Amino acid sequence: MNRIALKMLMGDRAKYFGIVIGITFASFLITQQLAIFVGLMGRTIGFLSDTGQGDVWVMDSKVQFIDDIKPLQDTELYRVRGITGVQWALPIYKGLSKARLDNGNFQTCNIVGLDDATLMGGPPEMLEGKLEDLRKADGIIVDENGAIGKLAKGPKEPGGQPVPLKVGDTIELNDHRAIVVGICRVSRTFQSQPFIYTTYSRATTFAPKERKLLSFILVKAKDGQPIVELCARIRSETGLEAKTTQSFKETTVSYFMKYTGIPINFGIAVVLGFLVGTAIAGQTFYNFTLDNLKYFGALKAMGASNFTLLRMILLQSLTVGAIGYGLGVGMAAFVGFAARNTELAFLLPWQLLVITAAAVLLICALTSMLSLYKVFRLEPAIVFKS
Amino acid sequence: MTAKQATATAVTCRNVTKTYGSGDSLVHALRGIDLEVETGELLMLVGPSGCGKTTLISVVAGILDRSGGECSVFGQDFSAMSQSARTRWRGQNIGFVFQAYNLIPSLTAAENAAVPLLLNGMNMREALDRARAMLERVGLGDRAKSLPNQLSGGQMQRVAIARALIHEPRLIVCDEPTSALDHETGHKVLELLREVAVGPDRALVIVSHDQRIFDFADRIARMDDGRIAEITPPKEPIDL
Repeated sequence: MNRIALKMLMGDRAKYFGIVIGITFASFLITQQLAIFVGLMGRTIGFLSDTGQGDVWVMDSKVQFIDDIKPLQDTELYRVRGITGVQWALPIYKGLSKARLDNGNFQTCNIVGLDDATLMGGPPEMLEGKLEDLRKADGIIVDENGAIGKLAKGPKEPGGQPVPLKVGDTIELNDHRAIVVGICRVSRTFQSQPFIYTTYSRATTFAPKERKLLSFILVKAKDGQPIVELCARIRSETGLEAKTTQSFKETTVSYFMKYTGIPINFGIAVVLGFLVGTAIAGQTFYNFTLDNLKYFGALKAMGASNFTLLRMILLQSLTVGAIGYGLGVGMAAFVGFAARNTELAFLLPWQLLVITAAAVLLICALTSMLSLYKVFRLEPAIVFKS
Repeated sequence: MTAKQATATAVTCRNVTKTYGSGDSLVHALRGIDLEVETGELLMLVGPSGCGKTTLISVVAGILDRSGGECSVFGQDFSAMSQSARTRWRGQNIGFVFQAYNLIPSLTAAENAAVPLLLNGMNMREALDRARAMLERVGLGDRAKSLPNQLSGGQMQRVAIARALIHEPRLIVCDEPTSALDHETGHKVLELLREVAVGPDRALVIVSHDQRIFDFADRIARMDDGRIAEITPPKEPIDL
């Protein structure tokens, strides 16, 4: 009876497309909104993902997330280096500084200062220049998006395109001259501000004057040293917080989940997509069932058991569910692909596809339930009522 | 024309009652029906609207529970069967022809005719082969791939007859099979029913108030107010 069920479903084109559109809409909205949410959350930990050389991040015990900088005294670095199990420990400066553009405007930038000797913790991908070029006088490496976007120079003629910052250009950082020696590619961050990498000592000269300037200490554990144990040891011996990279990512994401309205806003959009999709698909599917009630009654009279009708209705529901799911997820993926080089935060891990599939299954179950209730209660004697 | 060849009892009803509602709104649809239908017989149930004809064939066909009395079809009492057993038995042993045809609009004539075989577990290919053969038998061999909306009323009723007969049921119940048809088409449909549906091991019960087709019956049971008012004696075979 599967073929009969499918032909019944697709025979009524208007309702068939109505149900598919309802589920497509729900699937698209759920996937797209969740993908943007995951993309945004991913951006909150972009810097942590890019700085993967260390095992442990050491910071002030009150730090709540990666951009919550509570500087340490430089001497803390030496205390951490003295702890058993530490292979190396390096300073990282992370802070905001104002860059003065050639048109007179100011642009806030993320300044990252790397250990002068090793340059460990640098950008994950260099597009122009080399990381070692940071050792040149006043050298900085600017991220690609910053160079072509917020830090770009003004157009050569009025109304023209901004000119991207390139190697050899000079900008002014907090009244200090800085020369671009490289262009890098980094993960986009939540605030979308340009990233500027330089050495730790130079970064501290760009930074506003403060007594303490050390943002984080990046620690590598010795071979065979359990990371969690090392974190506990650093905590107990220094009074500082020590987190694995993964743990710091989780702390950061938790902060944004807890203290921003992002999850609620996206959650509402997802729930709305689910509800609207369920309403459209459910109502249309129910109408489809009502229209076919006399045929279901005839089938019942002719010997179709409730189980057979259950299978037919579930097959119909799952078919439109599968088609709507495929279209919705495909559309969402296309939107993500089309916007891959824009500011849109879009990340579509496989888990989202599973979540959307579960939501679509739930929609199918809910829409089928009404129809099944109607058909199960249907008296086959209805067929003799003209 | 197939002559009447009564050999055994197909349907037995003893004092069958059916009521709807309760208290002040209690409606007696059947008030003690006694009826027997023999195999090889075409029995016509006639009477005014609301007299209980449709209720009676619904009870006989096992798609409606009776309120009282005894009723069996080929010895099977539906009230003693579970719902699923009754549905299965009905699917194997009873064929239906409905007033409004009830052909599924999105299925071809062959697919519509094949439905009872599919419900009985036959695979689609074999069911369609048999459906095409049955459509050939009812004179619609060339319309097997037509959708219901491409067929005339008479053709649709012939597809419905093919569907009712394809699984070789022992009892065929027809509800007003000619009410939506013109005189000539109605006659042809009844001729067809007599030709293909009446046999020595099966019985045919037709509900109708179309007097033009009464001549096709072997016996006519006239109903009035939930009772069988009279049953005309079996007729001699009629030559059509």
